[in-house]
Amino acid sequence: MIPALVIILGCQLAGEVISRGLSLPLPGPVLGMVFLLALMAGFAWVRDLVRPTAMGLLGHLSLLFVPAGVGVVAHLDLLAAKGPALAAALILSTLLAILAGAVTFTMVAKWTGAGDE
Amino acid sequence: MSEDAFRLWSYLSSGPLLWLWVTLVAYWAGDSLFRASGRKPLVNPVLIAVALLGTVLTLTGTPYERYFEGAQFVHFMLGPATVCLAVPLYGALPKVRKVLLPLLAALLVGSVTAMATALGVAKLLGADQALLASLAPKSATAPVAIGIAEGLGGEPTLTAVLVILTGMIGAVAVTPMLNALRLKDWRARGFATGVAAHGIGTARAFQVNETAGAFASIGMGLNAVLTALLAPIVLGLF
Repeated sequence: MIPALVIILGCQLAGEVISRGLSLPLPGPVLGMVFLLALMAGFAWVRDLVRPTAMGLLGHLSLLFVPAGVGVVAHLDLLAAKGPALAAALILSTLLAILAGAVTFTMVAKWTGAGDE
Repeated sequence: MSEDAFRLWSYLSSGPLLWLWVTLVAYWAGDSLFRASGRKPLVNPVLIAVALLGTVLTLTGTPYERYFEGAQFVHFMLGPATVCLAVPLYGALPKVRKVLLPLLAALLVGSVTAMATALGVAKLLGADQALLASLAPKSATAPVAIGIAEGLGGEPTLTAVLVILTGMIGAVAVTPMLNALRLKDWRARGFATGVAAHGIGTARAFQVNETAGAFASIGMGLNAVLTALLAPIVLGLF
């Protein structure tokens, strides 16, 4: 588990250093994810080493949103004031995005001959 | 309150131990209800935990900053968890090669639609710039969305809640909506759901169809990267 954490935190650290050093729009952990993907593609031992720890952590992904989510208690008045606007924005955008994405995928798959599975 | 009890309370409420523990208990309760419901998307464990913790903080008069001193250990793990998303993404790569073009087109269209329509509707209904910045990354997976909102000058805690609500809306609506439209390609359905409704949508896709689930996790991973790149640009248009 310790070697796996060294690799995972190392990717994040490298991501943070490069993202902040070069003022990139990508957050450090996202860059770290790209680095880990590259390491996994290049080295079979990294894949075997990282998988159990990574899947263990991802199995509890929902828990990690809780502390930030609780911060909403500080915004209850804002949510009450902007509730209808936010609800409309969230519902419309989510439905339209799913629809647009699924239709685009299906159409381009037909054009490129990747067809239906 | 007696003097001793007061001293004990001020010790506990000012250190990280109590609030770390309460966070785990609240999540455990939410997750147990979620499992008992047969994993219904509306019974979201995060939302239940947030409601429980919000009630406890309000009743005890604890400021959020003090709560966060304990909960920050959990919050910190969002970064490493984001890095770990590389693992399921790597597993899905062979499936991606076959449908690279449809996938990239759907990613771009889905991601831009999610941001532009959300910002457009909110702005039309009177949202200010800070609210728009908190709203822009809401279709990306929470750890990434929180990081993006921080960078855009939004309110990360508000973003966290908007992200969760987005996931729930997508998870509840996707199957009836796409069935009504007779869209049958599981790859397309899953991928679009992952792009628009991140992990909660992905979990829903896995319940409906294995292929849909695999493509949803690819969509979630790719949109995390694309939203980080596009959010500052799209937000600049509003």
